[in-house]
Amino acid sequence: MWNLLYRLASPPHFYKLAAGMIPWFAVSGLLAVAYGAYAGLFIAPPDYQQGDAFRIIYVHVPSAYLSMMAYVIMATGAGIGLIWRMKLAHAVAAAAAPLGAWFTFLALVTGSIWGRPMWGTWWEWGDPRLTSELVMLFLYFGYIALRGAIDDTAKADRASAVLALVGAVNVPIIHFSVEWWSSLHQGPTLIREGGPAIDSAMLYPLLAMILGFTLLFGALLLRRVRTEVLYRERRTKWVREMILSTPGNYL
Amino acid sequence: MGAYGAYVWSCFVLTAIVFLICEWRARRRQRQVYRDIEVRVKALGGCQ
Repeated sequence: MWNLLYRLASPPHFYKLAAGMIPWFAVSGLLAVAYGAYAGLFIAPPDYQQGDAFRIIYVHVPSAYLSMMAYVIMATGAGIGLIWRMKLAHAVAAAAAPLGAWFTFLALVTGSIWGRPMWGTWWEWGDPRLTSELVMLFLYFGYIALRGAIDDTAKADRASAVLALVGAVNVPIIHFSVEWWSSLHQGPTLIREGGPAIDSAMLYPLLAMILGFTLLFGALLLRRVRTEVLYRERRTKWVREMILSTPGNYL
Repeated sequence: MGAYGAYVWSCFVLTAIVFLICEWRARRRQRQVYRDIEVRVKALGGCQ
């Protein structure tokens, strides 16, 4: 088991393995998103209260879920890198941050666009879900800025790892904010006691979108981690040999 | 889609744009890093 993990975490092995995995993640993700978007936009019936505006759920919920998942991946990678000094873990954390920031931005903007017709406002500062999600965007910015400000990769890894771990406290706050405090935001729809509070005609496209977004995120993350690994290992023998044997073949 | 069409479609289009930006930036960075290393390795004649 440990041997397998060590082998997977070896940069040259991961670099080759990830290259083979990216197309599978991308193609299956695109298929799931194509089905989810078509069914969500054209097959699912309008909501009895929100009408067609509810269809924003098909991009808003997967984006919001990915914004938190990316932070969990980043904090886990940072923690593993900090404790066990695993190079690949820091590379994963560094690669997850920009993606997490993009999906947090997307969740905030699509939520704001959804809020306008439903709540009558683009933004509500008193809402804990909105505010804690915005805090997460700033945590991503802080993490990226901190990494960028330190030239030495090892020092940047350690300093940013501490920030990522401290900021991880915000993830459960985002998730439970709608239960802990009074919020404009609706409560949990999928993961709740008594099962999902949504009809199957609306649920299946949503699950397909969540799966598709996750797979596409996986493809993007793998591509970014490969680049991080390549950059960190640029002075090693295996990178030199690979470059010389496959010149110009950066994919 | 009725009165909500603009809200719904703008969200879907924005999502597609974000995915495309993420993919483009990831590829651009990968190409940049690979080429930088390639130039350095070739300049050193493959033996460091």
